[in-house]
Amino acid sequence: MYAYDELDRTLINERVSEFRDQVKRRLSGELTEDEFKMLRLQNGVYLQLHAYMFRVAIPYGTLSSKQLRRLAHVARRYDRGYGHFTTRQNIQFNWIKLAELPDALADLADVGIHAMQTSGNNTRNVTSDQWAGVAPGEIEDPRIWSELLRQYTTLHPEFSFLPRKFKFAITASAHDRAAIKVHDIGLRLHRNAAGETGFEVLVGGGLGRTPFIGKTIKPFVHGHDLLSYVESILRVYNQYGRRDNIYKARIKILVHELGIEKFAQEVEEEWLQMRDSALAIDDSVIEDLRSRFSYPAYEKLPHMPEELKKAAHDPHFEAWRKNSVFPHKVPGYAIVTLSLKPVGGPPGDATADQMDAIADLADKYSFGEIRVGHEQNLALPHVARRDLPVLWKALDKIGVATPNVNLVSDIIACPGLDYCSLANARSIPIAQELTRRFANHETANLIGRLHINISGCINACGHHHVGHIGILGVEKNGEEFYQITIGGRADEKAEVGTLIGPAVPYGEVADVVEDIVEAYLALRARPDELFIDTVKRLGVEPFRERVYATR
Amino acid sequence: MTSPLEQKKIRITGPSMVTANRTWDGVVIYRTARQGWSADLADAAIVRTSDEARALLTESIADDVGAVGAYIAPVEIKDSGKIKPGNLREHIRFQGVTIDLPVPA
Amino acid sequence: MPLVKHGKVATDTFVHLADDAEIPGDGAILISAVRFLEDAEGRSGRVGRTGVIWPNNRDVDDLVPYLDRLAVIALVFPTFRDGRAYSQARLLRERHGFKGELRATGQVLRDQFVFMLRAGFDAFEVKKDSDAEAFATTVKHYSVFYQPTGDGRVTALHRRMQLRHSESAGQ
Repeated sequence: MYAYDELDRTLINERVSEFRDQVKRRLSGELTEDEFKMLRLQNGVYLQLHAYMFRVAIPYGTLSSKQLRRLAHVARRYDRGYGHFTTRQNIQFNWIKLAELPDALADLADVGIHAMQTSGNNTRNVTSDQWAGVAPGEIEDPRIWSELLRQYTTLHPEFSFLPRKFKFAITASAHDRAAIKVHDIGLRLHRNAAGETGFEVLVGGGLGRTPFIGKTIKPFVHGHDLLSYVESILRVYNQYGRRDNIYKARIKILVHELGIEKFAQEVEEEWLQMRDSALAIDDSVIEDLRSRFSYPAYEKLPHMPEELKKAAHDPHFEAWRKNSVFPHKVPGYAIVTLSLKPVGGPPGDATADQMDAIADLADKYSFGEIRVGHEQNLALPHVARRDLPVLWKALDKIGVATPNVNLVSDIIACPGLDYCSLANARSIPIAQELTRRFANHETANLIGRLHINISGCINACGHHHVGHIGILGVEKNGEEFYQITIGGRADEKAEVGTLIGPAVPYGEVADVVEDIVEAYLALRARPDELFIDTVKRLGVEPFRERVYATR
Repeated sequence: MTSPLEQKKIRITGPSMVTANRTWDGVVIYRTARQGWSADLADAAIVRTSDEARALLTESIADDVGAVGAYIAPVEIKDSGKIKPGNLREHIRFQGVTIDLPVPA
Repeated sequence: MPLVKHGKVATDTFVHLADDAEIPGDGAILISAVRFLEDAEGRSGRVGRTGVIWPNNRDVDDLVPYLDRLAVIALVFPTFRDGRAYSQARLLRERHGFKGELRATGQVLRDQFVFMLRAGFDAFEVKKDSDAEAFATTVKHYSVFYQPTGDGRVTALHRRMQLRHSESAGQ
């Protein structure tokens, strides 16, 4: 966990006081909406269907229990008692009042939480994976570098008015849980032959109207050069990214139109002129940052403690343990995923009461730390295996122990037309119905790992392009219809899904998904051949036939 | 429900109104016939031609101290004269979300 | 449109010349890039201070040979949301060492003053009188800056390093 110091806190407070003044000037009419909109977006404030939506940053998905409690407080005091965790590791509140936002921000600033640049045409949350720092086999904790980048990009005077939003993601594991290939800049931390830490830099990934998988611009950028190299990319983008058409303004379009070689050349030319500037990172800077990250004082614990042996004959506990508990790099410990996808519930939501309870459990069982994943689930990253049985009982009691992690009912969905003013169709009720259809745990386990992603419009906040099954809401003659894709993936083998046929109406989506799953079960080569691999092997045709035979 | 934020041309196909959100708290509001805003759909000014719609929208956008994001939306007028939202999006804005809100325990 | 220099409202001593107006033999003038480049040597060498209004969609490279002879470079924010001039400003100041007046023009609003100062602007054609009057207080909003630019402000990273050194030195 990174500890904010006096300087970090001062900056957040200065930002809050600036925004308070800006809100005052908007409410008095001194600022028009045209002048104010970008300012409020830069503080994470959207206008949605019913109300403002407030997106709070959770840098690289790491929260302290104190911070989680404060989020619960904001949900209660300023909203309707719940929050929604997003596909970028942030949290959203849906009913916030503009006039109360400065106070909400001040309450959050107290515990080192802010909403800077969670929207607007600037650099957004630098995401990582929710297992950063504890995953076995990780090269080093990528969050050190996420924090370095977070500070570098926060209120950057040159890059606060880019052509469009700009998103970073970092992974330090062979298996990419941070989806770096679909980010504007994706960073894969690794070591070169000399053992030095550096990054493979990918650029131009992104979803939305025109999905692209990121391309490698440089296979190895030394850690010392990370900021100067990023600055070169941003400067080229700031100057040459399109500003005439918001649908063509992301860096992925610039990279596509120039070609990766030409783009890389432009960046290299710029970089060579500035690499030895004030942005060159000293080892002492990294060490200072690293020293501000605290890690738990892990005990020496057995892998198979008595408590675990005893609990093994409880089938419910075992079902949960096999599904939601993951190996930790420290023996005797585990990473526990808390499913925010209860049967019939809106995916990714948590009530204020749940947040408080989870904060308490984090204090008891996870050294006070919680993680947020882009799958819209939470995690407790430092749980002693001997505590798993007692933790499970507590999690089950508050409804966050549904053993469906990574299964068909662990659905990623955007808020959709129930909340969002950009949407064409609803997504949450679709997700809810799907969780009901696949509520049976045996069935879900039989199906195995299957990621369903739902977006209510082409902006793709649900990341449908990279879902194993992707569902995109569209509008036809005033009715909600849905395009279905299959075969997408967001990891190191990232791929955009393929459309299986014409859009289907709202009432048929769950049936279609059932048909797709049935087809998979009939076609898979072995019980352990994953859905995504069956699609890869056979293509979409057999699925298309099955789904559209009677439609 | 293609987002009306993408409306470039103003062309209405039936009775319509102008709606927005209240600046200070984001509540849904409707443009009235008296150059004002009301949170009650019954108070909404109804326009029936594209010219009328354009005029109403222009005047609404100019009045942006109290209102944000004004746009034209369809309504349905019942035989009784009652005004109802004219599409799913407006229905959702009028009634609220179509799902149960997570109820605090 | 008030001009802000040295932290307060100032008189603009430069005359904006239309493209078809005659260039006076003396006096301070601001001319368009097109006009300037018609005879860059001549224009930059003239008696009297010369300034150029440079569009935000053009590389500043073409100006570089004349930087030491230009009194003012005016960069443009067609809307405040178009941030290309921030890059232009930093390149002019930090890469090419421009020492003259770097002026922000276009839709220049109070909420961008700090960004502009940090990018190297030192003069501002401010859209609203109230914003111009608020300049001095607005720029004091922030005392912490994460990233280095050419403005000389010490970054948070460096302040931390200084603190650590002084702490360990004091032991």
